[in-house]
Amino acid sequence: MEKMTRVSTSNGRTMFCHLDAPANAISVCRDATQVVVAGRNIFKIYGLEEEGFVERLNLRVGRKPSLNFSCADVMWHQMEENLLATAATNGAVVTWNLARPCRNKQEQLFTEHKRTVNKVCFHPTEVNMLLSGSQDGFMKCFDLRKKESVSTFSGQSESVRDVQFSIKDYFTFAASFENGNVQLWDIRRPDRYERMFTAHTGPVFCCDWHPEDRGWLATGGRDKMVKVWDMSTNRVKEIYCVQTIASVARVKWRPERRYHLATCSMMVDHNIYVWDVRRPFIPFATFEEHKDVTTGIVWRNQHDPYYLLSGSKDSTLYQHMFKDASRPVDRANPEGLCFGLFGDLAFAAKESLMTAPQSVGDVGRKTYPGGDRRYPIFFFKKPDVTEQFAQVSSALSVFESEAGSGVGMDWFINTAQSYLLSGKPFAELCEHNAQVAKRLNRPQESTTWTMLRIMFSEPANPSLSTNHNLNKSGNLPLVNSFSMKEMSAALNERNKENRQDNLHSLETNLNNNDENEETEGSEGQAEYLFGDAELDDDDLYSMEHDNQAAEEPEYLLPQEAFPLRHEIMDHPSAPEPVQEKPESPHVSGSETESTCLTPMESFSLISVSQLLFSPHLPPKFFCPIVKEMLCYYAEQGDVQMAVSVLIVLGDRIRKEIDELTQEHWYMSYIDLLQRFELWNVSNEVIKLSTCGAIMCLNQASTTLHINCSNCKRPMSNKGWICDRCHQCASVCAVCHHVVKGLFVWCQGCSHGGHLEHVMEWLKQSKHCPAGCGHLCEYT
Amino acid sequence: MNGTVDICNHCRNMMREKEKGIKMSRLISTGPSSFIPENEILGAMPLNDSTVMFLEEEFSSRMDNLTQVMGLHPHYLQAFLRCHYYLLRMDGPLPLHYRHYIAIMAAARHQCSALVCQHVQEFEQIGVCSDWLRGLEFCPQRLRNLNEINKILAHRPWLITKQHIQALVKTGEHSWSLAELVHAVVLLAHFHALASFVFGSGVNPDPEGTEVNGVTDDLCPPALSDLCTCHLTNSNQANGNPLRNPDTGSELEALMERMKRLLEEREDDDASEEEMFTRFEKEKKESLLVVSAGFDEEVVPPSPVARFVDDPSFGYQDFARHGEDNPPTFKAQDYSWEDHGFSLVNRLYSDIGHLLDDKFRTACDLTYYNMASHEGVDTSMLRRALFNYVHCMYGIRYDDYDYGEVNQLLERSLKVYIKTVTCYPERTTRRMYESYWHQFRHSEKVHVNLLLMEARMQAELLYALRAITHYMT
Repeated sequence: MEKMTRVSTSNGRTMFCHLDAPANAISVCRDATQVVVAGRNIFKIYGLEEEGFVERLNLRVGRKPSLNFSCADVMWHQMEENLLATAATNGAVVTWNLARPCRNKQEQLFTEHKRTVNKVCFHPTEVNMLLSGSQDGFMKCFDLRKKESVSTFSGQSESVRDVQFSIKDYFTFAASFENGNVQLWDIRRPDRYERMFTAHTGPVFCCDWHPEDRGWLATGGRDKMVKVWDMSTNRVKEIYCVQTIASVARVKWRPERRYHLATCSMMVDHNIYVWDVRRPFIPFATFEEHKDVTTGIVWRNQHDPYYLLSGSKDSTLYQHMFKDASRPVDRANPEGLCFGLFGDLAFAAKESLMTAPQSVGDVGRKTYPGGDRRYPIFFFKKPDVTEQFAQVSSALSVFESEAGSGVGMDWFINTAQSYLLSGKPFAELCEHNAQVAKRLNRPQESTTWTMLRIMFSEPANPSLSTNHNLNKSGNLPLVNSFSMKEMSAALNERNKENRQDNLHSLETNLNNNDENEETEGSEGQAEYLFGDAELDDDDLYSMEHDNQAAEEPEYLLPQEAFPLRHEIMDHPSAPEPVQEKPESPHVSGSETESTCLTPMESFSLISVSQLLFSPHLPPKFFCPIVKEMLCYYAEQGDVQMAVSVLIVLGDRIRKEIDELTQEHWYMSYIDLLQRFELWNVSNEVIKLSTCGAIMCLNQASTTLHINCSNCKRPMSNKGWICDRCHQCASVCAVCHHVVKGLFVWCQGCSHGGHLEHVMEWLKQSKHCPAGCGHLCEYT
Repeated sequence: MNGTVDICNHCRNMMREKEKGIKMSRLISTGPSSFIPENEILGAMPLNDSTVMFLEEEFSSRMDNLTQVMGLHPHYLQAFLRCHYYLLRMDGPLPLHYRHYIAIMAAARHQCSALVCQHVQEFEQIGVCSDWLRGLEFCPQRLRNLNEINKILAHRPWLITKQHIQALVKTGEHSWSLAELVHAVVLLAHFHALASFVFGSGVNPDPEGTEVNGVTDDLCPPALSDLCTCHLTNSNQANGNPLRNPDTGSELEALMERMKRLLEEREDDDASEEEMFTRFEKEKKESLLVVSAGFDEEVVPPSPVARFVDDPSFGYQDFARHGEDNPPTFKAQDYSWEDHGFSLVNRLYSDIGHLLDDKFRTACDLTYYNMASHEGVDTSMLRRALFNYVHCMYGIRYDDYDYGEVNQLLERSLKVYIKTVTCYPERTTRRMYESYWHQFRHSEKVHVNLLLMEARMQAELLYALRAITHYMT
């Protein structure tokens, strides 16, 4: 018989047919040639042909179909091919005999259950034994030769969701319950279950005995899990657990495949999955044909693992071919990568990729090119084979950040703490931040700050300039060296410009020096210049024209403004003289140090006079570049830089960048800061931000709940009097007045008062000012 | 009565009667409930400290009247509070002020000023968007879009379809995510049901915290309890003792006798399917006739909470109306809370499923094996009848329930009460509350209310969640 059925199903195809109504359950007859579909409004038998399903019989007969036809479950007898049993939603258990000559095939009707019957099950080897499980918490065993149940099993008022006879043990059956329990019963002992264990949280919708392994029971529950239990031992042991994405409505072991089982879900998810229980994270195969939840699944033949039948709420009946199933494993990414909390990195991949030690090293190196200074150097720790599957085995490697190089984000924390964002003049802020960046070995950021200062400093403040003009020439090498080293593509353009600027400045420097010699007369002359600026300016410019004949005179004016202003405003940067000397050849033309002191004043005069021509052009001119730079930093993941610059520049740049981007940057930075627990910095950033959405972050969740110190009840009212005990809460223990400002109290005795009062008191005494005798401790 | 305060329907009726010369003593009730004598509540509950502590520790909340009345069943109260505060305070898809606003909208549908007032205050404490409290037209379009399902769920939940869900979820400026929508739906159902409980057991508005300023002054008149709770206390009895007619002594015995008989009959009751079906239909139809008299088509006077109500004329209509195409019966076996509702709700709004499940279960299984003075009684039949009768009025049918039982167990006055409390709770009166089960304790009547509340909430949820499921598939 077995052989014959195998032959008969050796070929076939995925096929389906429409039913008239949603199905609740399906069952297949022993020789796998017919399938019965049952539902609230359907009860039909279909023949399984090569070409498709053929309707054989409609069991729903009669003018007014009774609720006995409204089936929650159906089962075809596996011994007697004419015998069917259904569980009706009204609590009836009905058996049907297809051999009956009349249209109505109903044979017997048992109405002993008071609530919906969820499950019926024939004994696998005993012809006349039928078991039912109902919502009313009872399981009943029927002998089909009698009119009534032969025994009743009580689940102690918990609803029964599934009952299954053990395939191997003649007398045993399992029942699953709505409260998450599974019970094992001996059919001969209706008074008490053999054993019970809690399998799931929430209802256990289904269970299924393993067809070969005597002790294995699979259960599926509303908690979205499928668990496999080993019953053969003294204590029931969970041996496998599969996590699905929706509550599990049915579970069926796959024939001939020891570790495979099929599941479908009760809600939301319409697919049928076949799992290898040893690989619980990804389905072995998926059938995705149904458009609504699948309500019944059954393997077509007990010995054929390739055909699966399923009925669904979408009113279709499908035969799925295993070869047509989709295999999620094939589409899954076989490598995994994840950062740990402390900068560790875990990397899992197929073992074949990771076997040779050299290749492992390569992987490590590939992931972390040593060039990037910001990441710590990783080294290979251990190849750790964690999971050994039938199909795949993967290796997991953990790369630890090298000890000493620290967490890897130290630079971030340091920077966040050291940057100044407000409270000083713009130039000083830039200068400070540049120093910070430099100290942390981040030359690019450092240079950026310097550049910003150069670009946006206001050319006022001649007084400042005179203080520092000794150092002024030192700026040139700094800027120049930056332009040489800078490799970043995004900044290249600007670098070029800068270099041009520098060239100009060099030239003008030379010019100025020449001039200096000319104007080197007296200070009185300088004053004269002040008064009669225009004339002198003309003179100056004409001189320069000679030097730079190639360029148009009108355009030269603003261009000259930069270098000159550089000269004046650059001084705060004040690089160390040590560095200065070897790099100074650039400035060689200007024998500055000695000459500068006196002529400087004339410099400043010149710059002031030039402001008359182009006071606001330069900062605006730089805005697009700065904007580009900020975007560049943000894209590089250094949102810290972007936000810091944004704050320091303030109005100079804000209008250039759209609100949303700014908000986005702020949010990311604040989020980062908070992850590193830099609350103060994060708060400062929030405070300094100009986005409405950010500023209101500070106003969220500022509620403070207070309990009355007398009656220990929450203070619901505003004000100082507790409305339960009608006393003033939070009274100062020293002066006995209500504290309306800072209130400090001892956590031991909860007495306290005005901060200053308590401080004074504690100078005199260690005991509580309230006189409670407590030795108060304040930190 | 001064003219500045709107008075509710009922006060009007009362005044009318008064004018007719009927002697009526005005009962200014004190205590948590206007139906239940104060000492009954406080006496029954030695202010069980665990509950109080639980309240304060976990939710920094106080004992309000609602909690006190519900505290007659402390076991249930815990499940309720856990769920209640999870919905309002804990992690969830909706921002806090949205939650309270939705609560206000829901409670306002039933003109439940006590709940509206309470949540107006909570809303104000959050301290954002306080101009929303000036009325629906001041809140965002997104919230206003909820009006449609709010009114449907409150009055005729069977009308909700996947189109309603679609309209809310479809992408656009004011769209809702499914998770947010589920949160909102649970909130709506919760507060509709809670309104039923508040009216059903005559919970007095909380006297505390009436310090409201600004736009909401008129919502919570400081002396509300003096002015308008009388609509709950309309009664001929001034002393609050239940009426004890001499013939009602047998009432309890008769009920118990019927229960016993039903239990025996069950064995040999072989009612045909048709019979069962007609019993359900009969019960459904009969529920139409159960109407509390005197309220037909009376216009609702404008009240301060009306600003939170859109389309106030939309009210309850019977599920089964004569000579009309009735919506199809909802088959409980096809979409049940345990199997389907739970999974959906928990998927979209994590953990709420467990809390609701716990709450439903506690309410349904709660029993003290008492009936009035009798002890050791299995009341499951009675509880199930109450629960299923509510679902029956909402058109939800259980295949495995014999609706003949309802008819036997629930007397007419109780049916009137049930229908009023679940369908239009704002019309509940003290007379209704007192007209059934004369010998039963107040705590048992509160128990009835709990069952009605949960049954109603589950019914609303089932309809709404089914619509969401349909939308998703």
